[in-house]
Amino acid sequence: MLQEKHRTEIDEILSRYPVKRSALLPLLYLAQREAGYISEEAMREIAGLLRLTPPQVYETATFYTMLNLKPVGKFHLQVCKSLMCALVGSDTLIGWLEKKLGIKVGETSKDGLFTLSKVECLGACGTGPMMQINDDYYERLTEEKVDRILADLKRDGASALKTGPFMWPEPNGAKQ
Amino acid sequence: MPKHEIILLKNMMEPGYTGSLKDYEKAGGYQALQKVLGKVAPADVTTMVIKSGLRGRGGAGVATGGEWTFLPKDYQGPKYLCCNADESEPGTFKDRQLMERDPHQVLEGIALACYAIGAETAYIYIRGEFVLGSRILDKAVAEARAAGYLGKNVLGSGATIQIHVHRGAGAYNFGEETALLESQEGKRGQPRGKPPFPATSGLYGKPTVINNVETLANLPHIVNRGPEWFASIGSPPKSAGTRIFCVSGHVKRPGNYEIPMGTTLRELIFEQAGGMRSDKPLKAIIPGGASAAFLTPNHLDVKLDFESVAQAGSMLGSGGVTVMEEGTDMVWAALRLMEFFHHESCGKCSPCREGSSWLVQTLRRILAKRGRMEDLETLVQLCNNIAGRTVCAFGDAEVAPILSTLKYWRPEYEALIREAEAHRAHELPMAAMRH
Repeated sequence: MLQEKHRTEIDEILSRYPVKRSALLPLLYLAQREAGYISEEAMREIAGLLRLTPPQVYETATFYTMLNLKPVGKFHLQVCKSLMCALVGSDTLIGWLEKKLGIKVGETSKDGLFTLSKVECLGACGTGPMMQINDDYYERLTEEKVDRILADLKRDGASALKTGPFMWPEPNGAKQ
Repeated sequence: MPKHEIILLKNMMEPGYTGSLKDYEKAGGYQALQKVLGKVAPADVTTMVIKSGLRGRGGAGVATGGEWTFLPKDYQGPKYLCCNADESEPGTFKDRQLMERDPHQVLEGIALACYAIGAETAYIYIRGEFVLGSRILDKAVAEARAAGYLGKNVLGSGATIQIHVHRGAGAYNFGEETALLESQEGKRGQPRGKPPFPATSGLYGKPTVINNVETLANLPHIVNRGPEWFASIGSPPKSAGTRIFCVSGHVKRPGNYEIPMGTTLRELIFEQAGGMRSDKPLKAIIPGGASAAFLTPNHLDVKLDFESVAQAGSMLGSGGVTVMEEGTDMVWAALRLMEFFHHESCGKCSPCREGSSWLVQTLRRILAKRGRMEDLETLVQLCNNIAGRTVCAFGDAEVAPILSTLKYWRPEYEALIREAEAHRAHELPMAAMRH
């Protein structure tokens, strides 16, 4: 149950809004952080918290692509396939990932580690091809970089190749 | 070094600038707020913004100060400011940089706008994927609150200004401000019918102003240096100030470039972004994000200001400039963008929901060399039945890639269809009927 475990955080979220329903997305995120996806049980609990009906929660939850209504792998790889990334090779990137992970877009690897998705624009058009893995962006990807990222994630659960605070081009003509 | 003054990206271009409160203060940050709060009447701040000529940087280009004056004058209840940080127009990636590298510049802008319109609460609606950005903003809000720049009785003026960061969850159409408001209220992100306009009935039914990140980031500079200074930059009176253009595609140095409005596409692409990435010549340009019509190399001398780009048959939009080299298949490019719009159509209006699906199917058929000449007429008819027939501007936006590629590169469509016809001529009659 979310309430028992996250009472303080839930209260803090609710305090931001004069109308309870506004807390719906933040609470759905909380549920997703907790279980990796949003279960029906969590949606019912959130409905109770916000005095909404379960269908009201469901209708919102089904609108947004970032809310997973079924389990995904430990690392959710989301590759941008929109035009700006496609111009600089996102289709090739998807091919590499399918080959390296041995799965197709929309599938999860057998060990439950990786889910591969194709998504629309992630707002990183000048640094494509790129992908988002869980909370982090990985940009200007090359095959070598992809290999390192996958190895890092398998070994350490994190990779130093993720993007920090974004700026491109970097200040003072640093490496292009 | 660039020959023009850089305003919004100036701080972050300094080596070692971290975007912390200390760094921002050292660079002159929060002086505008101190100058104004409790010392200048809110209405005078609005007048200042009107005089500066600042127009919205999100896409629509509405006069910012003018928009603020639509709020009811003597309204006693709560009013809201929403900072639209849902940057999701393909081709655009400037707000992300503004928020992640210099978050206090954005916060100071929000605080100034709140003061001017009399809002005690502002929400930054940031796109869900920008997790890092939302963390950086959260931290910056806490810093500013601790320093007395936000919260209750800000800088002893008696004014309350609270800012909350609200993360979206992956939907596009929040350039339509009423869809953003619906989403902020915890509902599906679908536009509302207008009127009433947000200025009278917006968030939670209260008077609300919605401004883009880059728009708000300009405010501290306008207050510090005066509206006359701002109005002298760029291409006044209608396109004052600088714009951050996001260059993507087949150029040597893609990225964010802040230049005065009125600079030509040629200068942006060939000087700032270093020109084409290979010896393949330029073929096509999208000047203002995915919703803007394609332009050709003949348009290189078009000035990047609201009026000039509109005159050239496109729009300045959100500042996303995408460059394509010779060899790029224009039917494929139009399809990629159309797939985006089909995916992101919120589903409220039938012309957009169904039309986008038909457009995608028709384009796929042409690209797969199974098209017919009459498909071209079908595309145009579909487009004309979407644009102007939907609640929000999404409908007008989604037809731009198809209509403009048809206008300039129709022979590419025709060539694909002729191949299909040649192929069909060799088929048995029954097989041909299946297509």
